Amino acid sequence: MSTAAPATSTRTDPPAAPDAVISLRGLSVDFPVGGLFSRTVVRALRSVDLDVERREIMALVGESGSGKSTIARCIARLEKPTAGQILVDGVDVLRSEPRRASRAYRRKVQMIFQDPFGSLNPAHRVHQFLERAARLHGRATGAEQMRELVEELMATVDLPAEMLESRAFELSGGQRQRVSIARALAVGPEVILADEPTSMLDVSVRIGVLNLMRRLRDERGISMLFITHDLASARYVADRTTVMFAGELVESGASMALMARPAHPYTQLLLSAVPDPSRAGSYDPAERARLRAAVLEADSCPFDGDPGPTCSRTEPVRHDVGPAADRHWVRCHLYRPAADVASRALAVDTVDPTDPAAR
Amino acid sequence: MSTHPSRDDAPVLEVTDLSVEYHGEHRTVRAVDRVSFTIGRGEIFGLAGESGCGKSTAANAVMRLLREPAAITGGTIRFQGRDVLALDAEELRTLRWREVAMVFQSAMSSLNPVMTVGDQIVDIFTTHERLRKSVARERAAELLELVRIDPGRLRSYPHQLSGGMRQRVVIAMAVALRPQLLIMDEPTTALDVVVQQEIMAQIAELQRSLGFSVLFITHDMSLMIELSHRMAVMYAGRFVETAPARDLFAHPRHPYTRALINAFPPLSGPNTPLVGLREGVRFTDIPDLREEAPGHWVAPVPVGTVIDGGRA
Repeated sequence: MSTAAPATSTRTDPPAAPDAVISLRGLSVDFPVGGLFSRTVVRALRSVDLDVERREIMALVGESGSGKSTIARCIARLEKPTAGQILVDGVDVLRSEPRRASRAYRRKVQMIFQDPFGSLNPAHRVHQFLERAARLHGRATGAEQMRELVEELMATVDLPAEMLESRAFELSGGQRQRVSIARALAVGPEVILADEPTSMLDVSVRIGVLNLMRRLRDERGISMLFITHDLASARYVADRTTVMFAGELVESGASMALMARPAHPYTQLLLSAVPDPSRAGSYDPAERARLRAAVLEADSCPFDGDPGPTCSRTEPVRHDVGPAADRHWVRCHLYRPAADVASRALAVDTVDPTDPAAR
Repeated sequence: MSTHPSRDDAPVLEVTDLSVEYHGEHRTVRAVDRVSFTIGRGEIFGLAGESGCGKSTAANAVMRLLREPAAITGGTIRFQGRDVLALDAEELRTLRWREVAMVFQSAMSSLNPVMTVGDQIVDIFTTHERLRKSVARERAAELLELVRIDPGRLRSYPHQLSGGMRQRVVIAMAVALRPQLLIMDEPTTALDVVVQQEIMAQIAELQRSLGFSVLFITHDMSLMIELSHRMAVMYAGRFVETAPARDLFAHPRHPYTRALINAFPPLSGPNTPLVGLREGVRFTDIPDLREEAPGHWVAPVPVGTVIDGGRA
């Protein structure tokens, strides 16, 4: 719960990065809680600044409730932010089209959802999904051109052209997700927002969908915001990864560098918890307790005294880490997020593991 | 985590040529097809596979929890040497709580939402051990402490607990009567990764201190390899590979096993392209397993099968 004024009113937002397709500036979302006349809110997002650049896959990772899907829903205009800006090609779309997204916007920004069973009408045929999207956005004139387009789309997502006549219910989860991707591609988007696109798929076909995402970036120059809870997938496909915790950004940088040298205790906590057969039995309750404490009530910051920005307990100051090419930054360790939100997200549900009697 | 169990004594569970069929109006589906495995005393045996491969059906068959239209159509199940398929209703009741216990994916649906956690645990002791209420309360408190939950939580209702805590309560209830075998079907799938790791560490610790055997079911190969001593990979009702977990991870021999392992890219080392199973690939008529290395059994793949796909 928070009563703080939107952070945007008290600071100057950094300008949009020159090569960004989407730039978020000071994006905040409050959800009202309690009864009809209650004025308490839960702050789902607090002043998020994030850039997705051209031809890049940016992964947004975090645990459930961290706010990562809320960001995607704001960009897709399914959620109305309480404050902040969504700059697309430098234009603040919340101002230029305040009520709802224009068709031009929806052509530029497409979304793929987690559940390929829920996002395709089971009784419709594959070609209907693709043709409808293409027609709506004026991508093909005439039957011949349309046929070429849908066949090309099917080839792009590695599905046989014969499948155009199949109905959605006849397809496997992986095939449906590929159809969802083809439908998004049918409008010729610049950016795809992919919200956990592989988490409901059978594991043996997941990597195929991740490979398809890489190819769309490399061959078609499509940018993506890839929302996932799986750090391994993020490392595999994303050029850069941003870590979220309790509605705020914690750390960001080139995926390989960030995972190799996580600078924030929360990122370290997440990474240490991923099952990894090459380091089995690494769970250490004392180390776990130390990391939790470092996230929630840090008293020192390793970047204190940096020539860069001064540490702050109240402002989410960013310290640059490592070589400039990695564009790796970490939120100042001293910063303390709103206690109730953060401790709920990091609930310690056992007795103190540092207590020797409990070991 | 992988201290190997002693092999000198007889297995706790012995499943031989088990088949389970679902009988529909128009067709019959064989969900489990001539599957054999054993689980030793104190051994953690993993059963990996994707949704629909028959792994949960196999586990339910061991507990004889199958209902119409599913039925065991062949094979034998022996628990501590006894024929499970020949047990009568009373013997089954004992088997299910006291000797074999089960933990499912959704803790919320295993707990009664309108009863406190304490009352539910007390119920186990008063019903199965005929303990007096006051004694049962003490035992319930000890049980929560065993899974590192403050006994004060006995007065809580399930919805007042976090997801991780609920799953700990369910695990505590499962081991309340000291079963010899714990079946866990995707016990942490609904949980975030940090909580998942803590729960898995807890299970490993309980297993070491109480010494029960585990049948662990999941689609997450990394998680399974971390916890299990031995494991099997199941596909379309058949086993395609079974081996010590470390061995299977280091040298997967069946292409399906490789695809499952590739689904979990590494968190360190170079970022090399991986391939999964080609969309629509189906293995059919999977042959019986052959021992290709000591303890490492694999179903031979017919020459010329095109498997890998999804251009990297």
